[in-house]
Amino acid sequence: MRGMAFLSPWLIGFFAFTLIPIVMSLYYSFCDYSLLQPPLFKGLQNYRLLFRDPVFWKVLINTAIYAAMALPLGLIAALGMAMLLNLKIRGQSIYRTIIFLPSLVPAAASAMLWLWLFNAKLGLINVVLRAVGFVNTPGWLTDVHWAMPALVLMSVWGIGNTVIIFLAGLQDVPRELYEAASIDGATALRRAWHVTLPMISPIIFFNLVIGIIGTLQVFVLPFIMTQGGPARSTYFYTMYLYDNAFSYLKMGYANAMAWVQLLIVLALTALAAWSSKRWVHYQGN
Amino acid sequence: MTSQTKSPAYLGKIAAHSTLLVICVVAFVPFFWMLSTSLKTLPAIMAKTQTILPHPFQWHNYLDVFRNEKANFLLWTRNTLVIAVLGVTGTTLSSAVAAYGFARLRFRGRNALFIIMLSTMMLPFPVTMVSLFSLFRWLGDHTGMAWLGTFKPLWVPLWFGSAFNIFLLRQFFITIPNELSESARIDGCSEFGIFWRIIMPLSKPALAVVALFAFLSIWNDFLGPLVYLQRPEQFTLVLGLQNFQSKAGGTSWHLLMAASVLVILPALLLFFLAQKSFIEGIATTGMKG
Repeated sequence: MRGMAFLSPWLIGFFAFTLIPIVMSLYYSFCDYSLLQPPLFKGLQNYRLLFRDPVFWKVLINTAIYAAMALPLGLIAALGMAMLLNLKIRGQSIYRTIIFLPSLVPAAASAMLWLWLFNAKLGLINVVLRAVGFVNTPGWLTDVHWAMPALVLMSVWGIGNTVIIFLAGLQDVPRELYEAASIDGATALRRAWHVTLPMISPIIFFNLVIGIIGTLQVFVLPFIMTQGGPARSTYFYTMYLYDNAFSYLKMGYANAMAWVQLLIVLALTALAAWSSKRWVHYQGN
Repeated sequence: MTSQTKSPAYLGKIAAHSTLLVICVVAFVPFFWMLSTSLKTLPAIMAKTQTILPHPFQWHNYLDVFRNEKANFLLWTRNTLVIAVLGVTGTTLSSAVAAYGFARLRFRGRNALFIIMLSTMMLPFPVTMVSLFSLFRWLGDHTGMAWLGTFKPLWVPLWFGSAFNIFLLRQFFITIPNELSESARIDGCSEFGIFWRIIMPLSKPALAVVALFAFLSIWNDFLGPLVYLQRPEQFTLVLGLQNFQSKAGGTSWHLLMAASVLVILPALLLFFLAQKSFIEGIATTGMKG
């Protein structure tokens, strides 16, 4: 009983702000609901409309492309940086601090900064590109082909958190394993492949799952920087969901989108968990 | 040159240092450029050839941000601080209470509830976004006070614990030796007394980390204020920044960068004050696996 007493604040909050909203959201997803009138049950209508909605498919594909680029790039870059930061060389605490700093920047401020850096005429990136001889510098955020890659590139700037989590994992790998591998004649590359990667595979898995959940919800940066443009090339899933809910007041439709999003997240996480049996090694098992 | 300096290990170190240097330059240049732009004059920004350093330094850009008629950064800072103080206090205390239950007490269903709690961290916000909006609208109709268009939706839920903070505190609480609680129990101390007088004072570093993370997540939150706040007088700093950009953006880059520096500064200051607990706190989050 005492245990439940201590949990009660969280339990009340869980019911009020998580569980009941989840149930309501499932119910609303079967309704016509504009906030102004009470919800009207319409069965699967929202879902049927959704799968025939070309904009839904557009934002779904955009989000998939973004995740397929940003997630592997971010994980590989973060792991690479963590491995460099784990070397026994001088100045590591300074390197670590500088690599971590960008992840402290609020997304909205980061959006302002990169709007300026990516600016077609005056932005630093194009100024530098022109200085080294490029003539046709892209318009980046205003260019249908470059807006998405630009968002992916800037996402790598903020991966300091992931780097720190990887670094903590690397520092936990027992030194004896490396020494034993060295005695057996393993080169640095083979030690990284056969010792480091298996040992930190649980952390790779953790970052992968966190990354799936995060990239599928990408919102703030494109919302501020491109508003989904140009020509909907950076219009992502959560942005269309937000617009349906709060611009078009199609709350039922937005909730149907949210449930499809949840199912996709769950399916991808389950897929990652299933595949992890092949590549994640837990110590002592 | 001795043979020592040509050894593979030595070359490897040089390669590692140069790679890290390049990465650090790339990570740092955006900060530098933001700061430099924030001190330039408008003609200097619009000029065909840009200087690396401002010339002349126009310090009053920062004053102009506060005096700008399209923005009210002082009020927005105050709003954010009000939400942050209420939210940080609430989430730190309530998360600690729940974490104590998960870490130090045995009861049926504890592990199941713990797993449910952890899994709520995976829930995409859009799933509850619309229902929460309706909930706060409903509360507005039934409690005799407004909820939407006030700060309440942004801080009241934080008084009921949040999964991430409960997890972090639980990880800390389970490391505290049980003998301390046992001897207090023999002395007749109540369970809440043990929590409040023994565990909490011993957990100050962990509580500080939670408070720090909570402050930053409130400071950085964009979607919450975007959904719940309506009038510019209520905006938080990041929402105000976006509002200012949509009105003044495109030309006044120097002012926009000065405003961004002001938004980033508190986060950076906190980090430098508490760097160690920061890094350790983040490292703990990866230790679940």
